[in-house]
Amino acid sequence: MAGRGRGRGRGQMTFNLEDLGIGRGDSLPPTTFKPSPLFPPMPVQPVPLQTGEEVEYMLALKQELRAANKTLPFYIRRAAPKRDVDRYSDKYQSGEPKDSAIEWSPGHPPQVKQPKKPPVGKEEILTKLETLEKNEETVNSEEEEDGEKKKANEEEEQPEEEDYEEDFEEDTDYIMSYFDNGEEFGGDSDDNMDEATY
Amino acid sequence: MTEEPMRGNRRSFRHLPQNSTNSDVGPPAYQRGWSANIPSCNAQLFGKINLPVSAEIRCVVALAITCVWDSEVVLRGFSRNSFHDLKGCFAKHMTAQEVRLCGLLLQEHFGEVVERIGTHLLRGGAQNLRTIANETNTPLDLVKKSLCVLVQHGACEFGSGRRGPGSPVEYRASCERVLRVLRYPRYIYTAKTLYGDTGELIVEEVLQRGHMTMSNTVKTVADRLTHNMEEGRSMEYSEVVSAFSKLVETHFLQRCPPVAEMGTAATSTTPATPSTPAAPASTSPPTAESNPDCYKLPHVTLIGRGKRRRSSDDSEEQRGGKKAKMDSESCGDEGIYWLVNFERFHQHFRDQAIISAVASKLDQTSSEIVRTMLRMSEVTTTQTAAYTQPLSANEIFRSLPPNYSISRPILDQYLSLLVDDPMEFVGKSGDSGGGMYVVNLQRALANLARATLESVVQERFGSRSARIFRLLLRKRHLEQKQVEDFAMIPAKEAKDMLYTLLSENLVQLQEIPKTPDHAPSRTFYLYTVNQLPTARLLLQHCYKTVANLIERRLFETKENKRLLEKSQRIEAILASLQASGAEPEQLTEVEEMITAPERQQLEALRHHINKLDSTENQVDETVFLLESYIFSTKTK
Repeated sequence: MAGRGRGRGRGQMTFNLEDLGIGRGDSLPPTTFKPSPLFPPMPVQPVPLQTGEEVEYMLALKQELRAANKTLPFYIRRAAPKRDVDRYSDKYQSGEPKDSAIEWSPGHPPQVKQPKKPPVGKEEILTKLETLEKNEETVNSEEEEDGEKKKANEEEEQPEEEDYEEDFEEDTDYIMSYFDNGEEFGGDSDDNMDEATY
Repeated sequence: MTEEPMRGNRRSFRHLPQNSTNSDVGPPAYQRGWSANIPSCNAQLFGKINLPVSAEIRCVVALAITCVWDSEVVLRGFSRNSFHDLKGCFAKHMTAQEVRLCGLLLQEHFGEVVERIGTHLLRGGAQNLRTIANETNTPLDLVKKSLCVLVQHGACEFGSGRRGPGSPVEYRASCERVLRVLRYPRYIYTAKTLYGDTGELIVEEVLQRGHMTMSNTVKTVADRLTHNMEEGRSMEYSEVVSAFSKLVETHFLQRCPPVAEMGTAATSTTPATPSTPAAPASTSPPTAESNPDCYKLPHVTLIGRGKRRRSSDDSEEQRGGKKAKMDSESCGDEGIYWLVNFERFHQHFRDQAIISAVASKLDQTSSEIVRTMLRMSEVTTTQTAAYTQPLSANEIFRSLPPNYSISRPILDQYLSLLVDDPMEFVGKSGDSGGGMYVVNLQRALANLARATLESVVQERFGSRSARIFRLLLRKRHLEQKQVEDFAMIPAKEAKDMLYTLLSENLVQLQEIPKTPDHAPSRTFYLYTVNQLPTARLLLQHCYKTVANLIERRLFETKENKRLLEKSQRIEAILASLQASGAEPEQLTEVEEMITAPERQQLEALRHHINKLDSTENQVDETVFLLESYIFSTKTK
């Protein structure tokens, strides 16, 4: 406790301050009042990265792997969040997985399921596919009747369909080929939509 | 805290951990700011990009000089005391940095759901299904799926619960396995150099799927190779099978270990999951190696050619590898799953590192001799051996590659040169057969790690600080005066450098009291460097580096998300236009939808992301060296 009070013997310490490198009369560095900066300036520039064929190849590999991972079944996405109101278009939006189910369910080895489920499932799917095909055919035939002027628009339509699928992730309701509201196509698709059967 | 011990007072500072008493004798306050700068040894970061560095302020144990020094108390990812007791601080061998990095890797490869479950398991140890579901607030089916994914990739193991066979199954995640994901490009590239494109694709498929049957692998790889060939040519299954068998023969691929039968069938179902973890009372878990058949190829006749994938089949192909399995006819090797043997790849990397070190220090011929020695002892050396089996000079002479025809006396000279070299990579263990020589694997790893540490110090603090560091590594304990003398650096500068190194924890202070009351004026203060704890510190730095790099890359991608999506859309439009044979004017019209400044921005973004990715790969090389070194010291 001796030496802790102020006043007499203030600043006396048990060891020699000179040993530490603080000579008599040396000015001590200013005390810091704030945390060190978030991006402190670097005193030394780092050595540049390696370059070469090997390095480039591994870089390309890494980026490819990252992209490929998204398509594998191991990439589990959360279910698309439920929207506030059930919308009519929900019935026709089959792009996003509804309940984060990729079509495998753990707990059922594939061989066991096979004999029982697929006959039932297959028929449903087949009928659904047929109806969809019919719808596409009617839509396509209507478009072709309209003439060559629409060809250019048709070509745009197909890539735009891909856009629709990408726009899914932005959670917009109205972007879907059946529900094309026709603003981008200037009129002709309006005619087609009226005649498409639901 | 009392400031000074009374003479003869029992209340000395002996109860405090040795190093912390000297923190006040340490560096002046202005140097104490912790710069969590990323180490730049083999790992480099590019100065152009300002990487986000978290502001961390050091914790200082203030003793007598509270009036002079600062005493801000904060958290640091890796406190000084944790050197001495890693296990005490982080109970499951997993540091915060490792868990953070694992989380980021899981997120990139398997999505957020798996990331949440994975980090929860990593932090919390073994848990059962209900606990996981409740604590992470995830629906049960998502938890099941995530666990399946983790188990499929070998990152998670399941076993009977703590309370005996009746209690629910517990799951445990493995941090090490998740960190391997960082090294996938290196594994694939190595397979390419050794076994060509076929080998590369086989390893890539098995890595991406976790584990696969041989027939499945062969078919998928044949299809992929066919897809890349010209029209009309396709890949024979037999070629792929031969590449596969070569990989198995050289132990790069191995069978999944058989699953031990468990009393309760449990929730996980994939048939050939990795070994069950040790229940508290049982013996060590069956590893892949313990299966005697682990490198035996199954008898499968696969005849056929790869199918060329048409674009209409794409969507069906993508709808899950698991579904594809259902369609194929059974090939007779059901239930035999193969996975990549990481240890074998690591052995190969280690050998490569040793050979290149010898080549750069001596010359090409010496490195060829060492390469021959390592190749001869590939099969006879176990994973954790300290040195290879002794090889006689006669054997080495016979096994040298034919294009390196050196005469016998020259070989002897080279061998004696290698033995005398201070690197100590090769040692002489006897005189029979013209001299028995071994490759000192453990010593080699230690020297490589030491070179890495020295390089880090040199790049961050300058060559004179590196000189002091090397001096301390060699001479162990030195007083301040001795450091100045031996390093031939003026006193003031030497003091500065020592204190900087001390503040970065690369150098420690050891006090040796002359009197029982540890009076500072009558105590020796010696500077010392301990290689192993310093290597651990650097390894944690590296993990933090990679995590920062990944975060920055995600940040850059997110910032420019709109632009990236737009460019992807434009590319898709262009591709479809070209496929349907549009005119050049239309193409240019579409291309012009991206303005010039946007193009520049895109270009800059790509450049940055490439740099960040490349840096991750290169930091991983350092991580590998340090990990191998630390692992080799553990198993004694």
